[in-house]
Amino acid sequence: MSELVLRDAPPPVATIGRPETYLNDGQTIRSWLFTTDHKRIGVLYLISITFFFIIGAIAAGLIRLALVVPDGSILTNDIYNKLFTLHGVIMVWFFLVPSIPNVLGNFLLPIMIGAKDVAFPRLNLLSWYIFMGAAVFELFVLIAGGVDTGWTFYTPLSTIYSNSWVIPAVLGVIVVGFSSILTGVNFITTVHTMRAPGMTWFRMPLFVWSMYATSLILVLATPVLTMAMVLLFYERAFGIGVFDPGAGGDPVMFQHLFWFYSHPVVYVMVLPGMGVMSELVTAFAYKRVFGYTFIAYSSMAIAAIGFFVWGHHMFFNGISEYSGMSFSLLSFAVAVPSAIKVYNWAATIHKGEIRLATPMLYAMGWIALFVVGGITGLFLASLGIDAHVHDTYFVVAHFHYIMVGATVLAFLGGIHYWWPKITGKMYPEFWGRVSALFMFVGFNMTFAPQFVLGYLGMPRRYHTYPPQFQFLNILSSAGATVLAAAYLFPLAYLLWSIRYGRDAPPNPWDARGLEWTIPSPPPPHNFEEVPVVDFEPYDYPNRIPEA
Amino acid sequence: MKGALVFWPPTASARAAEVDHVVIAFTVVLLCLTVPIFLFMTYCAWKYRAGRAADRSHPQARNLKIELSWMLIPFGLALIFFVWAARIYDDELHPPPNALQIDAIGRQWMWKFQHPGGQAEINDLHVPMNEPVRINLISQDVVHALYIPALRIQMDAIPGRATFLWFDADRAGKYRLYCSEFCGTDHSRMAGTLYVMEPKDYEAWLAAQGSVAGLAEQGRELFSRFGCSGCHERGSTVRAPSLAGLYGSPVPLEDGRIVTADVSYIMDKILYPDQNKIAGYKQKMPSFDGKISDSDLLRIVAFIRSIGTT
Ligand code: HEC
Ligand SMILES: [Cu+2]
Ligand SMILES: [Cu+2]
Repeated sequence: MSELVLRDAPPPVATIGRPETYLNDGQTIRSWLFTTDHKRIGVLYLISITFFFIIGAIAAGLIRLALVVPDGSILTNDIYNKLFTLHGVIMVWFFLVPSIPNVLGNFLLPIMIGAKDVAFPRLNLLSWYIFMGAAVFELFVLIAGGVDTGWTFYTPLSTIYSNSWVIPAVLGVIVVGFSSILTGVNFITTVHTMRAPGMTWFRMPLFVWSMYATSLILVLATPVLTMAMVLLFYERAFGIGVFDPGAGGDPVMFQHLFWFYSHPVVYVMVLPGMGVMSELVTAFAYKRVFGYTFIAYSSMAIAAIGFFVWGHHMFFNGISEYSGMSFSLLSFAVAVPSAIKVYNWAATIHKGEIRLATPMLYAMGWIALFVVGGITGLFLASLGIDAHVHDTYFVVAHFHYIMVGATVLAFLGGIHYWWPKITGKMYPEFWGRVSALFMFVGFNMTFAPQFVLGYLGMPRRYHTYPPQFQFLNILSSAGATVLAAAYLFPLAYLLWSIRYGRDAPPNPWDARGLEWTIPSPPPPHNFEEVPVVDFEPYDYPNRIPEA
Repeated sequence: MKGALVFWPPTASARAAEVDHVVIAFTVVLLCLTVPIFLFMTYCAWKYRAGRAADRSHPQARNLKIELSWMLIPFGLALIFFVWAARIYDDELHPPPNALQIDAIGRQWMWKFQHPGGQAEINDLHVPMNEPVRINLISQDVVHALYIPALRIQMDAIPGRATFLWFDADRAGKYRLYCSEFCGTDHSRMAGTLYVMEPKDYEAWLAAQGSVAGLAEQGRELFSRFGCSGCHERGSTVRAPSLAGLYGSPVPLEDGRIVTADVSYIMDKILYPDQNKIAGYKQKMPSFDGKISDSDLLRIVAFIRSIGTT
């Protein structure tokens, strides 16, 4: 992506007449690889995670292909197991977690609060290098050797019984965790110390609130994953006996540690999406957000309560009845702040001036998918129901609605919305709308049948299954084909627009927020002079100004 | 049980029926709470679309009463279902003391069920109906989970820890049982059938089990005498495929072919293990060509057949 931009830029002589932007400030590869500009780092992340998304998606495609037949004759059991492990590991740690925070967060957070950069620009670059190092290594491990434990690495399968490359895979996960922590620390410090004069906490865009909450989770939860993985490594390499019951350990202990990170990390994937939603809905309803403080505080509530619900992944592994009930109740409670947000966005649209441009279509689709994902989460949180649907395709469908539906749609909606700002080019609106529609249809076709499959009792991670489940599996695989096509659309026309798109004005959407007060693409230091914030967030007048 | 399109799982106990009731009632309530959002948004997107004249006076940006009501009312309604579902969980964790106790042992990749009279079966489970049955679960290697969709129940089998599940099936029939916790290479083959029987049929079945001492039973003994069990059963240091459920199932080979494990395949494997190498394993099995008599070979094959699914 960046290279196109580079080649496209005019020779230096012509540059004099042109405003200096972060894109034409230094044209060499070196100037990108050693940049400390948060905007360029955001773009580096965009390119890298797009690549890893494609890898993860190819694995998913192969899995869906294998499941077209019930007898598992398309792929062997071993390859199938390695594929879904690759899919999970790549998608979770190398796409979903860094997606919105590291791309849009890096690009926008400093601009949105009126800062020149993040608090620690060099740490920011280091975080990208750590990410890339871990990601390339992990990908090599997962393809060259393969791991057959699933992304959950449950012991003692991972420590004693698996014959695959568990140790290097675990090392990759440990390393990428440091990248998350660095980004989290950086964002928290930036929000605390770098806000422009007048940018009080309650004047911050809701996207910044969600980034702040996300960063808190990253900083507090990731170390626990690191610990769990280090112990797993010691156990497998040296048999120290933390998890092995034969040596006095406890395999359930691993599950506690793992989910203590991995449940909150679901909110690392969802909270940024919610932040993007608040921006999109207000801009395209052209209206002040309904219930700003409730939305802001609900992000913090989600981050806080999200730390106390990990046990809902473990209702049926012999935990005590009281912990089962407490975790269930808390899981119901964590749904409340999410519900608040959804109701508030709906209320925001009321009496607005609504434009159904591509980002808004993505936003509407997001709300639908997130609601489905959320309420099916309540079924899973209900103890008696979970007894049936736990570890079935119902769970698979549920978390794909949240993680693919919500995170990916928000990510793409945000990419479209800020594309003019990031690249200085407009994307083709017609194709944008087509892609949003296809994605919505393809997504539902892929994952809605899996709710039925799960309730019928098809366990997850099954390479063979009883023949009566074949019809629904074929339907799901057909949906995956539509979804794959829908993903290729934006990839194609966004790249196309870098070269051939119309030049973007500073504020193509008539949106509010500091990022729309500066040129597109922004100058290297964002603001000519430090902005003074004397307005409330989302201070939309009642009507769109006549052009 | 084959091919037919189904959209609701069979229901074989009162508890299973109750789970369905919670699910249906909860679905209705949640639809009432969410469908209006979608209708409202669609309506607004149309009524207030850009450029259309509409009354946009007095837009609200906050309203504490509305905020609190859509925070607390849905939560209150949802709590009803929390309690309802928690009571089912409570029931699941409190088996009646007089329940029939059956032991289940999970291992890569088979279930072994042991009845109080010593009768054992692999992957299949026979139980009497209208009688509480308690399955005591243990695992010999990794974490597994016994899952019976028709009873809407599952529980992990964990090494070093005893767990259980219990049920009171009230409809005779054949139902599927699975391993639902991922346990490695052949996780999806760790499945079998639950037979819920009239109590007298169950008694008859128990009796019949006790008297079988045919070819297969002698084969079982030879299986350990020739040292097969040393590799093919638990605790072995060599990683060898489980032979339970092998007979009649497709075997993926290293060279990409898939063959069906019939009698001749199994005999060939015992005599010439270097042919037909299996995908995912290191071939470490010694050849028994010339070391085993034809009649013993037949007995062993009969035993392997007997622990296969038919
Ligand atoms: C030294 C350990 C060892 C011993 C002893 C052993 N096997 Fe095996 N067996 C293996 C291994 C390893 C494989 C997988 C071979 C491969 O990769 O092709 C195997 C494969 C098989 C298979 C094919 C399984 C499948 O899933 O297709 C059969 C059948 C079998 N063995 C039967 C026996 C019998 C019967 C005996 C005793 C007479 C026996 N084995 C003794 C290690 C052993
Ligand atoms: Cu969770
Ligand atoms: Cu299993």
